[in-house]
Amino acid sequence: MRIIFKTDYMQDLRPWKDGYQLSLYLLLIAAAIVAPFVFDAFFLGELTNVLIWALAGLGLMVLTGHTGQASLGHAAFLALGCYANIILVEAGVPFLIAFPLAGIITGLVGMVIAIPALRLHGIYLAIATMAMSILADDIIVLTEHWTGGVGGKYAPPVNVFGIDVDRWGTPKAFYYLVLGVTILVTLGYINLLRSPLGRSFIAVRDSEVSAQAMGIDVARTKAISFGISCAVTGLAGALMGLFAGAFNNETFSVVISIQLLMMIVIGGLGSIHGAFFGAIIIGFLPQFLSISKEWVGALVGGSNVAIPGLEFGIFGMILIMFILFEPMGIYGRWLKIRTWFELFPFYRKDMFKRQKSYLKTERLR
Amino acid sequence: MSLLELENVTLKFGGLTAVDNLSFSVEEGEVFAIVGPNGAGKSTVFNLISRFYTPVTGSIRFDGHDLLKEKSSRVADFGVARTFQNIELFEQATVLENLLVGRHRHRGSNFLTELFFTPSVRKQELQSRHFVEEIIDFLDLQAYREKRIAGLPYGVRKVVEVARALATDPKLLLLDEPASGLSVEETTDMRWWIDDIRRQMGITVLMVEHDMGLVSGVSDRVLAMADGARLALGTPTEVQSDPAVIEAYLGKAS
Amino acid sequence: MDILQLLISGLANGCVYGLIALGFVLIYKATEAVNFAQGDFMMLGAFVTIGLTNANYMGLPFWIAVPISIAIMALLGYLLDRFVIRFMFGESQTAVVILTIALGFVIRFFAGVIWGHEPQSLQSPFAGKEVAFGGLVLGMEDVAVIVVTILLTWGLYEFFNRTKLGLAMQGASQNQLAAYYMGVPVKRVQGFIWALAGGVACIAGILFAAKGAVDPNTGLMGIKAFAAAVIGGFGSLPGALAGGLIVGVIEPFASRYIAAGYSQVAPYALLLAVLIFRPHGLFSQVRVKKV
Repeated sequence: MRIIFKTDYMQDLRPWKDGYQLSLYLLLIAAAIVAPFVFDAFFLGELTNVLIWALAGLGLMVLTGHTGQASLGHAAFLALGCYANIILVEAGVPFLIAFPLAGIITGLVGMVIAIPALRLHGIYLAIATMAMSILADDIIVLTEHWTGGVGGKYAPPVNVFGIDVDRWGTPKAFYYLVLGVTILVTLGYINLLRSPLGRSFIAVRDSEVSAQAMGIDVARTKAISFGISCAVTGLAGALMGLFAGAFNNETFSVVISIQLLMMIVIGGLGSIHGAFFGAIIIGFLPQFLSISKEWVGALVGGSNVAIPGLEFGIFGMILIMFILFEPMGIYGRWLKIRTWFELFPFYRKDMFKRQKSYLKTERLR
Repeated sequence: MSLLELENVTLKFGGLTAVDNLSFSVEEGEVFAIVGPNGAGKSTVFNLISRFYTPVTGSIRFDGHDLLKEKSSRVADFGVARTFQNIELFEQATVLENLLVGRHRHRGSNFLTELFFTPSVRKQELQSRHFVEEIIDFLDLQAYREKRIAGLPYGVRKVVEVARALATDPKLLLLDEPASGLSVEETTDMRWWIDDIRRQMGITVLMVEHDMGLVSGVSDRVLAMADGARLALGTPTEVQSDPAVIEAYLGKAS
Repeated sequence: MDILQLLISGLANGCVYGLIALGFVLIYKATEAVNFAQGDFMMLGAFVTIGLTNANYMGLPFWIAVPISIAIMALLGYLLDRFVIRFMFGESQTAVVILTIALGFVIRFFAGVIWGHEPQSLQSPFAGKEVAFGGLVLGMEDVAVIVVTILLTWGLYEFFNRTKLGLAMQGASQNQLAAYYMGVPVKRVQGFIWALAGGVACIAGILFAAKGAVDPNTGLMGIKAFAAAVIGGFGSLPGALAGGLIVGVIEPFASRYIAAGYSQVAPYALLLAVLIFRPHGLFSQVRVKKV
């Protein structure tokens, strides 16, 4: 049983509670740094993929998890970041400038889009962003001159501080690039959450009227949240494009938008951990399925049958289970398990019980 | 000059007149209560001051500012804090986080300094925390500091809402039915707190309340309303003995 | 005459959208939940009917198969509410949306496993028959679609606005607790409405499969139907149908008069425009949350 005694306000201001927790996170980062020397190129690629998804998840988490605005259209911003980055690089802008610029462009576009979208609430915002994501597909085809349309584009190799970074040629360098970006974004995210802006996001999520009464400009806060969210998603999109090597209008379809939202729900809405947990599920589920399919195939003695849609089917079932039994996602479950160990043997089942309330309409006649 | 002045304010929802040509003013340092039967337009007056609604005619002035020219979120910046009749807390955040949101109007940092959590942001956060801790002490919320709102009992939530409003360091505190749903002991506590808020903190209080015991115990002046209009205005005893008020509550003696 | 032909086929398509949209609105009206799997319900309904009717499956007569499959889908809707949706009581709308999107994935997966991924058509008595009105030659299935849709919308509209149960359902959606106090069996009402939505989805599926071919991904059409429901104004049954018709008509006209690619773009562009300028739909009144 571990009890944290608080003697100083700084303990609540620091991102970690005590030295024990800090050392755990440092250990995790150390493990991530040595990973390329332990794993083979294939697994490293998978790990890179997970980190990119986590980055995209962090982007959506700002908007959906912390500001409470569900977006089913973030694939459009992934696409925007990806194309902006590649077009800039092709125009001769060094990657180190093009990459953050791609994020900033995506963020600004996101903010502009947010202005009309701000009038929409809940489900209406979700459907509007979804429509946007569907339209993005067509816009890419229509602006063929820049985007290469259906034919798509190929990601050129990029150069960071004189080191060639390429998904296939130098997977280790690419991994470190992604890891570095992810860590920086995560640190920035943590900083925002412990500052007034992060708290105003949560305020807007939980009660718009009282946020307003506390002096928070709701529309402005939502627009900023949209902007940050889209900027981070744009960065993830740029990395995703480099990772995929080739992409066209279908790479960032509306299905990716949906998948991204589901990912952070499984991981746990409203927590940074959730984005990472969700990305791990998304990244490793296909591998896990193909391995278990082989295993079942060997067991039954039949051949290796391909079942189309299996991945999404399983994914859907996992999601339903989580929403029904653990709405706080994997992070929520993780908190419970941790608390159980920390308080052993005093854990009570109702410690995390949520109050259920009757639904009251938001519509008025 | 009065701290808050409403002059000839009228608000209509469709054909219904919710507030009818209402004028009153709240002086600095007093506790001013609004009473009246359900549907009299008491909470609507609060929502007008918070700028959730815009009146058809009239003016609302606070501390030299014309509130009708401002956005809803600016009202708090001038020093008006409020609670809500049906408790509008940030459910998924802790008590401490709720109170810290109250400090938002004193934010001196911007997006970039917060992104890097510069020493100035750190200093501001420590100051906010210090201020909030004083309010936690004042309202005896120490035991709930790290608890999430979602699991708290009703009575505690009511207090947290007052605490969050106080965290904004207001000049005027609007309390919308602070004692509704509270037990007798809790109501007594609330009464002492309101008294202390006025005397120790020097904050002017405007409240809507049904509990006449609480109203006559703490308020200097009382406004009685019915159907959106002013019935009577005066000390608690004067208002309670006003024939128009008695009629509105009990009906006409036939 | 050409335009008229285009209009009629657009209207027939629009009716199918309208019927799916009707399912969305039914559930929204009664429970304030949004069932994103409605399109997949439609697809499943189509496959169930194909499984019962088509010669290569069970080969039952069409008019016997139809009521059976409607009953199956209604039962499925009821069971879904009983064992999944009911646990979401009091959760946020967004949670229900995500749940039903996931449900759509699962339904598509199972439909693919059972009936395969090849497009299939329903062998209906209307197939290939034509009706002539003056100089206008219409496919029998188009006429059937339009007639059935109008009848169904009218029936549901009357049900909601005239019968006690229909009014109870509207009450249940707006304040569950108050509805309980007034003696409305909220849970049973909710189960019934999901069953009803399942049945309506099945009818939409039958009509769709009679006109064209279905495969598991047809369920994604639900997104377009949802757009239609929003365009028409969520919460209004005639609005849903109107939205469906608008989307159905706008598609062929956009591809005819702008460019081929625009038939996909037009409905969503319209949706965005509607959301921005009339956020609550073309045929609906504005609502605000009260403090």
